[in-house]
Amino acid sequence: MKEVTATAATVDEAVQLALNQLGISKDRAEVTVLDEGKKGFLGLFNKPAVVKVKVLVNPIEEAETFLKNIIQKMGVEASVERIESEKEIRLIISGEKIGLLIGKHGQTLNSLQLLTQLVVNRYAEHYVPIIVDAENYRERRKEALVQLAHKLAEKAIKTGQEVKLEPLPAYERKIIHAVLSDNRKVTTFSVGTEPHRYIVVAPVK
Amino acid sequence: MKELKELVETIVQSLVDHPEEVVVTETLDEHTITYVLSVHDEDVGKVIGKQGRTIHAIRTVVHAAASQQPKRVIVHVKDKG
Repeated sequence: MKEVTATAATVDEAVQLALNQLGISKDRAEVTVLDEGKKGFLGLFNKPAVVKVKVLVNPIEEAETFLKNIIQKMGVEASVERIESEKEIRLIISGEKIGLLIGKHGQTLNSLQLLTQLVVNRYAEHYVPIIVDAENYRERRKEALVQLAHKLAEKAIKTGQEVKLEPLPAYERKIIHAVLSDNRKVTTFSVGTEPHRYIVVAPVK
Repeated sequence: MKELKELVETIVQSLVDHPEEVVVTETLDEHTITYVLSVHDEDVGKVIGKQGRTIHAIRTVVHAAASQQPKRVIVHVKDKG
């Protein structure tokens, strides 16, 4: 966290000095007065004012800047749009070479999301869920997972055997668990440790 | 590959508590580019992450960026001591 301590004749002057050093405006700073200072008699026994000024960072802005930087350094021309809701922050990437940013089964997109999440959590006081999306990939993936879930449930019921899925990230497993929680003929559970944790769909006997 | 090295540096510096101590060294040979990350002792865990999740994500992103050129890219965290 960036902060400076400044000393000047008055509190206001000290604050201004610190803001200038940090190169920020007052609305982006947290000011603590360490010493109010005192004006002495005829300029004698003057005591200067001392203040501490801290830069306030917006975790979400940091995250967005981080993501934009990374995409640019990856050699991809793309823009990032931010959509904030109560539940989560969505950062949506659009531009050229999006396939490169999504990767096989979305693994590059998931990695970008994980790294962006780490940056947010460094600055945020409480956990802020971040979704990084591109070309509606998350929605398309969700539809594909829902279909896959139904297909595997049918297979498990028909064969009477457990069906194992490929390892999936936690929120993708959650989609499958949720979809099949309504199906009384099968039960779902996860096996293994991250990042190789996978879902098993088992028929109910 | 100047951009790739910058990519690695940018990612790592954004994750650690001591960004000024991040050093990325690049070694080139015929078919591969190797990046060795050296960070402050307290930051080693941050760069690797729980069960290697963070370093895995860094590698995935770097590999994606590197797919635009022919060489294979390796990312290591420097062993201390």
